[in-house]
Amino acid sequence: MFDNFVVPDLLPAAPEIFLAVMALVVLMVDLVVKDSRRTVTFALTQATLLGCLVIQVWTGTGDVVYTFSGMFVDDMMADLLKLFLYMTVIVVLFYSRGYISDREPMNKGEYYVLALFATLGMMVMISANHFVTLYIGLELLSLSLYAMVAMNRDSVASTEAAMKYFVLGALASGLLLYGMSMIYGATGTLEITGIAERLYGGGVNKTVLIFGLVFLVSGLAFKLGVVPFHMWIPDVYHGAPTAVTLLISSAPKLAAFAIVMRLLVNGLITVAQDWQAMLVILSVLSMAIGNLAAIAQTNLKRMLAYSAISHMGFMLLGIVTGVVDGDARFALNAYSSAMFYVITYVLMTAGAFGMILLMARAGFEADNLDDFKGLNKRSPWFAGMMLMLMFSMAGVPFFVGFFAKFSVLQAVVAAGYIWLAVVAVLFSLIGAFYYLRVVKLMYFDAPADESPISAGMDMRLLISANGLAVALLGLFPQVIMSLCAYALLRSL
Amino acid sequence: MSNYPLLSLAIWIPIVSGFVVLTTGGDRNAPLARMLALFGAVAAFLVTIPLWTGFDLANGGMQFVELKSWIPRFNINYHLGVDGISMLFVILNAFITIIVVAAGWEVIQEKVAQYNAAFLIMSGLMNGIFTSLDGILFYVFFEASLIPLYLIIGVWGGPNRVYAAFKFFLYTLFGSLLFLIALLYLFIQSGGSFSILDWHKLPIPLGAQIWLFLAFLVAFAVKVPMWPVHTWLPDAHVEAPTGGSIVLAAIALKLGAYGFLRFSLPIAPDASQELSTLVVALSLIAVVYIGFVALVQSDMKKLVAYSSIAHMGFVTLGFFMFSAMGVEGALVQMISHGFVSGAMFFCIGVMYDRVHSRQIADYGGVVNTMPKFAALFMLFSMANAGLPATSGFVGEFMVILGAVKYNFWVAFAAASSMIMGAAYTLWMYKRVIFGDVANEHVAELTDINKREFAILAVLALCTLWMGVYPQPFTEVMHASVNDLLRHVAISKIQ
Repeated sequence: MFDNFVVPDLLPAAPEIFLAVMALVVLMVDLVVKDSRRTVTFALTQATLLGCLVIQVWTGTGDVVYTFSGMFVDDMMADLLKLFLYMTVIVVLFYSRGYISDREPMNKGEYYVLALFATLGMMVMISANHFVTLYIGLELLSLSLYAMVAMNRDSVASTEAAMKYFVLGALASGLLLYGMSMIYGATGTLEITGIAERLYGGGVNKTVLIFGLVFLVSGLAFKLGVVPFHMWIPDVYHGAPTAVTLLISSAPKLAAFAIVMRLLVNGLITVAQDWQAMLVILSVLSMAIGNLAAIAQTNLKRMLAYSAISHMGFMLLGIVTGVVDGDARFALNAYSSAMFYVITYVLMTAGAFGMILLMARAGFEADNLDDFKGLNKRSPWFAGMMLMLMFSMAGVPFFVGFFAKFSVLQAVVAAGYIWLAVVAVLFSLIGAFYYLRVVKLMYFDAPADESPISAGMDMRLLISANGLAVALLGLFPQVIMSLCAYALLRSL
Repeated sequence: MSNYPLLSLAIWIPIVSGFVVLTTGGDRNAPLARMLALFGAVAAFLVTIPLWTGFDLANGGMQFVELKSWIPRFNINYHLGVDGISMLFVILNAFITIIVVAAGWEVIQEKVAQYNAAFLIMSGLMNGIFTSLDGILFYVFFEASLIPLYLIIGVWGGPNRVYAAFKFFLYTLFGSLLFLIALLYLFIQSGGSFSILDWHKLPIPLGAQIWLFLAFLVAFAVKVPMWPVHTWLPDAHVEAPTGGSIVLAAIALKLGAYGFLRFSLPIAPDASQELSTLVVALSLIAVVYIGFVALVQSDMKKLVAYSSIAHMGFVTLGFFMFSAMGVEGALVQMISHGFVSGAMFFCIGVMYDRVHSRQIADYGGVVNTMPKFAALFMLFSMANAGLPATSGFVGEFMVILGAVKYNFWVAFAAASSMIMGAAYTLWMYKRVIFGDVANEHVAELTDINKREFAILAVLALCTLWMGVYPQPFTEVMHASVNDLLRHVAISKIQ
């Protein structure tokens, strides 16, 4: 019975296995930890993530390795994205700690365990080479996040956001699954690299394939949060506790980028013309609606939600310019620029939500734009940090956000879509307005309350490091840029 | 002499000292912040002097070149250099920064460290613009310099400062974003180079040249500013604090004009020739129409702001006649305008600090209470009107001479601005300074103190020096301007 059973090579999945085991350990340990001594859980969680980071570096070969019968892939793109994923989650948990310990219903070990499971889900997504693996990763992430959004169970807004997130997320998963089943019908395989081979071989029913592709793209668009599948983003970002919003807005973008790469580029590159045409529309619409709607917001979390929509739209520009008239010459340049964009976006958005957490106190959320009024008077240092984050998001140099936009734009121009580049810069001009408004509130207006910032030292240091990283990477963007390019070169 | 990275020092000394000034913190340490700022500004000025003394007059190419790889992934280099066109602006910029720091010495009492830091950082960034020989490095400095000025207008400005700050930022950002796409296009066309000097040699078909030229035009026309995209300037000037107005007029406006010489003319010479009529027309509208607009202003700062637009119209006019006389005249005009408009805004600031009004109607008979000030203000008003023996005359005269060769009627229209300039400036001067003492505010005025006198005296000396003996300024330009014009005369269409 077990004649055909081969023990799979576990090494490429070592970080995942370690994380899964440790998540269960943390769950057990937390049972005996009192609420007042939650630090133990926190430390253990962070140690787990740090451990993953070490294992990742240690086991990473840089080669493309398939395991579990081709269901799981470990390549350099996965390594790099996972490294940034661990770092993001570590930072996110540091930022959230003060916030959740100030709020009784959230101050549970489950917060950390769910964060670990969400991380595991993202890791599986990043390394998926099979529709089923991908779906499992996606659901692991989504279900953990649904629960986290609802964790502040006394808050009506949070519960509503969780419901909305769950219902729409389930719908999106359904769309994705339906698309996958269609593609399975057309190609006869669920393995992503297998699909690519079948398509390359020809003789595939194009109608069924494209039908499936449409659903697949819709599902992906949902997870990325681009127009017209963006409805959940503002409500969930707004309704969720800020600590959870921080998590939702940052790390999952890395995973979403990865599944776009896996599904569309690794699997369906032969029909690139078709999905590129769809994504161009989604991208332009996202930049338009994201930037325009953000102007009307008075809540910072909501504003950043719309800004997330527009940023994802901008990132997609890098994905849609990979193949021009069947010529994949520009692919590496384009995809690596999108990867650089997503990584820098995660860095900036973590900092921006981190700033909200920094200003928040027990019973005070600090998530209205007006709560940032006169920050320069209250704390010039942190006003400076927020200034850098905002200008970076607006794409003003010397901050890293400029180089993210720059690299995507050069890919767009290289592919010959100058009109698309013009559209993109015009919408980022509109976008600059609402980022400038935050700076205006901090610097030009008088403070509404003069109370000093009460956050702990670790939070202060980390958010400063985050802000300075935005500036320093802006001065020296080369490292991450070429890392992205090199990782994709080794992976594609 | 050029063993030291002088240009890097000219960029980074002010920026670093800006951050050092920031560390002095709150207004308790304001005197320290002022001293540090002054020290930084003077140090930055001193390192720019060897640029002039060590300048090779016969060399029309780039001097003091520094070249290091910055972002090899996109072949972006930290590539600096100055030629006869840009060198004087670096020095002017460093010089004006000292004036600005001194101008805010007693006036700015709130957030002193941040105020001085913003100006120092801005000064460094603008030196970066004038010296960059890499397209993206240029762009990065070009855009980054918006941030400090946005804050300067918004934090220390007048009642309508928020509107002015946003208008300034978004207007200029609009121009520069299209410019970025033009840079990326050139990057692709040149096979992966961001070097401006490479682009000068790059053959481009006429159609593409025209698009490039238009993209450059939008970016630089907004910055200059040219009619009809000038409307941000009066708002920004009126709301900005005195220091902000000085920097804006003396340096920031020159960035756009400089861009024409560094990008538009050499990269798209055929399109420049083709579209020169358009630019000349826009310039003449600026000179004549804006002159009339200036005449009816009731706000002194607005009046000088409009006169700046008219003067900058002269500059763009001079560039697009493609003669050495025109280009050099325009360059002289730019530098002279740096001194004169800076001084004009400072003079208005002096009165504003005492009376807290910029309305011409609130003044009258200032000469009775402030005689020293009135004398100096007279000199700058004359220079603004283009009186011979002041720097204002030299540039305008050269441009008009160039224009006569180009087309008589263009020269005629341009020359009419000498009359307009005299009309609006001297009429304002008359209403503000002469006559009976208008009200008790004017009666209580105290004459300028030593600090204010020193600032105005230095600027007055520069104005007179340039008016009487412009040779040291023009001789450094000759070689580079001639090279440029020779280059522009050769078609790049293949």
